[in-house]
Amino acid sequence: MLFWLLLAVNSITMGGLLFLLSAGFSLIFGLMRIPNLMHGSFFMLGAYLGATFLARGMNFWAAALLSAAAMVVIGGLIERFLLRRLAGQDLAQVLLTLGLSFVVADLCLMVWTGDPIQPPTPPGLAGAFRAFGMFFPIFRLAIVAIAVVVAVALWLMIERTRLGAMIRAGVDDPAIARVMGIKVSQLFTLIFCLGAGLAAFAGVIGAPYLSIYPGLDADMLPLALIIVILGGAGSLAGALLGSFIIGFLYNFGQALFPDLAYVILFLPMLLILVLRPQGLFGRVG
Amino acid sequence: MPPGAVRALCLGAALAVLAALPWWMANPYYVNIASQILFWAVFALALNVLVGYAGLTSLGHAGLFGMAGYTAGLMLAAGAGHAAAIVAALLATLATTAIFALLALRATGIGFLMITLALGQILWGIAYRWASLTNGDNGVKLADRPAPLGLHLSSPDAFYLATFAVFLLCLASMRLFVRSPFGASVRGTRDQPRRMRTLGYNVWLVRFLAFLFSGFWTGVAGLLFVYYNQFISPQVVALQTSAEVLLMVISGGVGTLFGPVAGAAIVVVMKNVASAYVERWNMVLGIIFVLIIVFMPEGLVPGAARLVRRGYRGLRAGSGPAAAEAAASPGTAGR
Repeated sequence: MLFWLLLAVNSITMGGLLFLLSAGFSLIFGLMRIPNLMHGSFFMLGAYLGATFLARGMNFWAAALLSAAAMVVIGGLIERFLLRRLAGQDLAQVLLTLGLSFVVADLCLMVWTGDPIQPPTPPGLAGAFRAFGMFFPIFRLAIVAIAVVVAVALWLMIERTRLGAMIRAGVDDPAIARVMGIKVSQLFTLIFCLGAGLAAFAGVIGAPYLSIYPGLDADMLPLALIIVILGGAGSLAGALLGSFIIGFLYNFGQALFPDLAYVILFLPMLLILVLRPQGLFGRVG
Repeated sequence: MPPGAVRALCLGAALAVLAALPWWMANPYYVNIASQILFWAVFALALNVLVGYAGLTSLGHAGLFGMAGYTAGLMLAAGAGHAAAIVAALLATLATTAIFALLALRATGIGFLMITLALGQILWGIAYRWASLTNGDNGVKLADRPAPLGLHLSSPDAFYLATFAVFLLCLASMRLFVRSPFGASVRGTRDQPRRMRTLGYNVWLVRFLAFLFSGFWTGVAGLLFVYYNQFISPQVVALQTSAEVLLMVISGGVGTLFGPVAGAAIVVVMKNVASAYVERWNMVLGIIFVLIIVFMPEGLVPGAARLVRRGYRGLRAGSGPAAAEAAASPGTAGR
């Protein structure tokens, strides 16, 4: 019983982290129509930066925000000066992000070496509290709480603000949105920065739980990819549902069938592709 | 002499020089590099069928490559003979290719790329995690190379000659494919899928068969790889291998017969030279990838061929052949 509950808590934590990662991935995919193959790199680079800030004695949350801010700038530069040059050539853009992901992975290996780093859990959240006769680690619940806050904030932005309306217009029909006077290319930069920042933030707050190691980027990217195929491109609700599905499959798969954990992870994606190619919440196929 | 004959003569001379390589190249290190170039060229030619001619960019081919290598390695480890292992490896690769195609061909363009990437990662996950089957990170060792027709392939020279023979077969089959009505219909589904459908072609079936053709030669390349190294590990199945072979296709020029061969030579030589001087092959790979995509999206071979044919002035005319090349560039091929 305890085993199952603990597994469920871990799954929900993982789901929260994955949502922070995949929300940006999904928005970028929905708006710019390209899977950003650097998204795992943003997550890993953000985590490494955050760990370095922490090692300098910075507060945990300040380190997370600073790392996210740094990644916003890096993401903005990449979008503005590299991806923009290839506007309209989606395949070339995807391959560009793939090439850059190798560069980032190697840079991280060079700077932070191959030894895994596990930053300590922030002091105030290190313990566990007792409820229903068992212990819940506070930090993991905090991750879920943050994911929920971010999800609500993103949802409000997309559904309730003028900016969100412009983004939705850009997702639905970029050509018409341009004709209506919306600067869609500015939205591209904005969303790319937002996605990069969110991924880095997720990297930092996930680091005490996942630890940081070379290859973390290649572990996270396919998860974001499956979540977006599951949930549908550009859909926040899809990313949320997909994240928790994958969070559960990841943890239960690892615990019950370690040999086939990856296969189990990809099965729902294959099912969706066969039955509903546009994703659970996707509008166009 | 007509230009076609000059071309054929040059090609024949180049192939003769390559065939005689073990006799004029004394250093076995370079003979081994040449073998590497040839089996990577077979892999790149196989991927080019999809990327270049069918306009479908796959990032999962390392999975098929590894499938052939692992099947052969595991069969041999279980005590099977070379012939049985090779046949089983090719059949397993073809079956996996068929599954890949069934799932990935529900989409084209970016969707196709994402599905093949995900499928490739599944195979990587199996190679890495299913340790009781694949020996996990430790990989599978091969005790011996085969000895077809009594010629044992243990020496670098013998292995090179065998690889060269397979490479020639592959090149010939590619040429046949490109010139055949089937090759034309594959290119048709790339450029005008709707028109092809209206003309009565089964676009899905044409793409499916092209995928199988690509998968077959990928399997052959995987076999050559595993016999060359006599070892295979999950690293071979990783996304990086798919990216590397895609770089070969793109740097050489997609949708050309010799582009992937040139690309394979460039990447293999660079990899060996780079690893002699710097530790950071991955970074070099990434930077070259970015540079080629941003500055020379058509690839090196079509770029050079165009310059030879017309000189700089013809660049802007954009008549027949140039337009066809533009259609084959990676930017538009996936649409």
